[in-house]
Amino acid sequence: MAERRRGRLKIFMGYAAGVGKTYQMLEEARQLKSQGLDVVIGYFEPHGRKDTIAKTEGMEVIPRKTLDYRGGMFAEMDTAAILARMPQVCLVDEYPHTNVPGSERAKRWEDVELLLDAGIDVLTTMNIQHLESLNDEVWHITGIRVRETIPDWVVHQADEVVMVDLTPRALLHRLQRGVVYTPEKAERALKNFFRESTLVALRELALRETAHEVEHRSFSAVTTVGGDEPGPGLADKNHKILILVTADPATAMLIRRGKRVSDFLNADCFAVTVQRTGRAARQQTKDKLAGLWRAARVRCARFTGKPLGDLAGLPDADREAIEQHLNFARNLHIETRILEGDDVVTALVDFARRNQITQLFLARPAARSWTRLFGRDVVERIVGVATDMQIVIVSGREPELP
Amino acid sequence: MPEIRRKTPDELLRQVQAEEAAAKKEHLKIFLGYASGVGKSFRMLDEARRRRERGQDVVVGAIQPKLPPEVEALLPKLEVIPLKTIGDGTAIDMEALIQRHPAVCFIDGLAYDNPPGARNPTRWQDVQDLLRTGMKVIGSINIQYVDELREQVEAITGKRVTQTVPVSFIKSADEIEIVDAPPHEPLVRSLEEESGAAKRQQQLSKLRELALVLAADVVDHQLSEYLERYGISQHFGTQERILVCITPRANVREMIETARVIADRFHGELIAAYVQQPEISPEDRVALDEKLAIAWAAGARIEILEGEDAVGAILDFAKSRGITQLFIGHSQRAGLWSRLFGNPVDRLIRRSHGMDVRVFPH
Repeated sequence: MAERRRGRLKIFMGYAAGVGKTYQMLEEARQLKSQGLDVVIGYFEPHGRKDTIAKTEGMEVIPRKTLDYRGGMFAEMDTAAILARMPQVCLVDEYPHTNVPGSERAKRWEDVELLLDAGIDVLTTMNIQHLESLNDEVWHITGIRVRETIPDWVVHQADEVVMVDLTPRALLHRLQRGVVYTPEKAERALKNFFRESTLVALRELALRETAHEVEHRSFSAVTTVGGDEPGPGLADKNHKILILVTADPATAMLIRRGKRVSDFLNADCFAVTVQRTGRAARQQTKDKLAGLWRAARVRCARFTGKPLGDLAGLPDADREAIEQHLNFARNLHIETRILEGDDVVTALVDFARRNQITQLFLARPAARSWTRLFGRDVVERIVGVATDMQIVIVSGREPELP
Repeated sequence: MPEIRRKTPDELLRQVQAEEAAAKKEHLKIFLGYASGVGKSFRMLDEARRRRERGQDVVVGAIQPKLPPEVEALLPKLEVIPLKTIGDGTAIDMEALIQRHPAVCFIDGLAYDNPPGARNPTRWQDVQDLLRTGMKVIGSINIQYVDELREQVEAITGKRVTQTVPVSFIKSADEIEIVDAPPHEPLVRSLEEESGAAKRQQQLSKLRELALVLAADVVDHQLSEYLERYGISQHFGTQERILVCITPRANVREMIETARVIADRFHGELIAAYVQQPEISPEDRVALDEKLAIAWAAGARIEILEGEDAVGAILDFAKSRGITQLFIGHSQRAGLWSRLFGNPVDRLIRRSHGMDVRVFPH
């Protein structure tokens, strides 16, 4: 018996609410239905838009599941009901959506994985601002830190990504005519997220990202269909990227950026943190305390009597931050390691050399730390020591504070 | 949030020019497709229908010779001025259109050569004339008919087109909209169909990629115009822009090779810059020329910068151009001098906020 094939995934990519993603998805669903396929709507967000709602007429909708969370009622996709119904094609709006706490899975894309595993083809929608690796650029463009993100590999595994385009001017007209939002909400949106320059910039990001997704697929098609043309679809063994994870909040940005570059180069990507152990750590901690911190803080640290050793004398907050960053890296499918050594620079560079790393990614320390603590030394010392590989010092994109 | 800094005279001048351009601007909108059958004509003429229903004065000045049924169905709802026969060929009926002078004129298919005896040699030049009379023109074109992309398209499809439109015309559009719908093909296919369709699918993917990147470039151009118009000295980093700093001793080959790969994969821009030094030895001069030649051969745009402080000159240039990645060679100056005055690489890293710096080995 033939093994059941995995379902195909198609993403309708947009750059803002109201460009017509859901509409175009429904349009395609109708075509598939008219070709005789068994199509259902698994989750659909009407937003009160008449044209879009009209498109769902005559389509089978799987009722949503209602969940009670802190006294409020939330409707989520009923994945179990869809699996029981087993359609050939299922429509799922808003791919990056985060499920209400208490749901079986945290993210809607995880629900979609189940549908695909069951052999159901899925059509879904998303906006570019939810892509994890563009989070910093989007923040810079819009001034909004998008929390609901989707890892790039989840988008990358889709069989097809299609750009749903509309010019920003046409979108703004739609907004003014009240097609997208109710009047009060539209007014707020026009002032903030929907400024023309913001829309133009997001649209450019979406176009470039879709071009990249298309390129990636056209080359993987070559490799699977038996061509021998080498291209971006093949892993590029010329490059191997290593990201240094620290407690610095800029590390999240560094991980996104490093992973994005390695994805575009098809290079292997690792992330490591260095734990200073034993006497060296104690000595360094002592140096740090004695040299740079005020006596009061030293007394305070002694008073709390934190154990050194394994934890490398790190304050709880730092240890937690590093653990979070490593977790974040793993969620983005980056292989992580914890190195031990007397000195961050030596341990890092040794590891890089042993593993034939060609590119080392470091975070650019915040302006004020250049003159303080060890931030300055680490980056400058690595640049001074690792003269046999490329070193990339990654900077935030937001305007510099005066 | 916009970074507000004082504008240089050069930036002020560009702002004034952008404002002037915006004031006298004709209005052109282009629907860009990557293959026939993606529904470009339908999308465009459906816009004509919607505008007409909203009460706008809309006329269709050109339609394609063969129309799919859904487009055919739209035509009774629209006013069409048919093409005029001139000799063996046809062209837009310019006299009739100019006399009718609608607010918006729709031209389905921009890449046509006109027959001898027509007002202009090509249709896109007719469109320029229409724009000058003050009407808004909305047109459609497929990526394979863009002149500058002809060779790339031929490499993909094996077919050569003869009637084309220059990319400068496409870039002059005020609005561009890409029709990225897949050609009408089912999502679910049998395995045999799958492999049969794979080759064509791959061709289409490459054409799609070209079209998406062209649309992104047009949008990028609009974005900088827009920001200039509003006097915002800021870059959003929507396109990767790589600046390779050339010095006589830098390992330029590796720098340029890496830069080329990254620029290609990100569909980004590649610039190589050299800061002019007051005193340069003849050997360095030769080495420098060689290195600039490497950059040139890789398709980098070459910029010669001036400034006593090389680090400052590079950073000013990088910031004004919205550079996202700066490539530099390792500093060779070691020892006491750099310990006292700081080495240039460290200084550059310290002052390079807003962009990534990539330091290369020798």
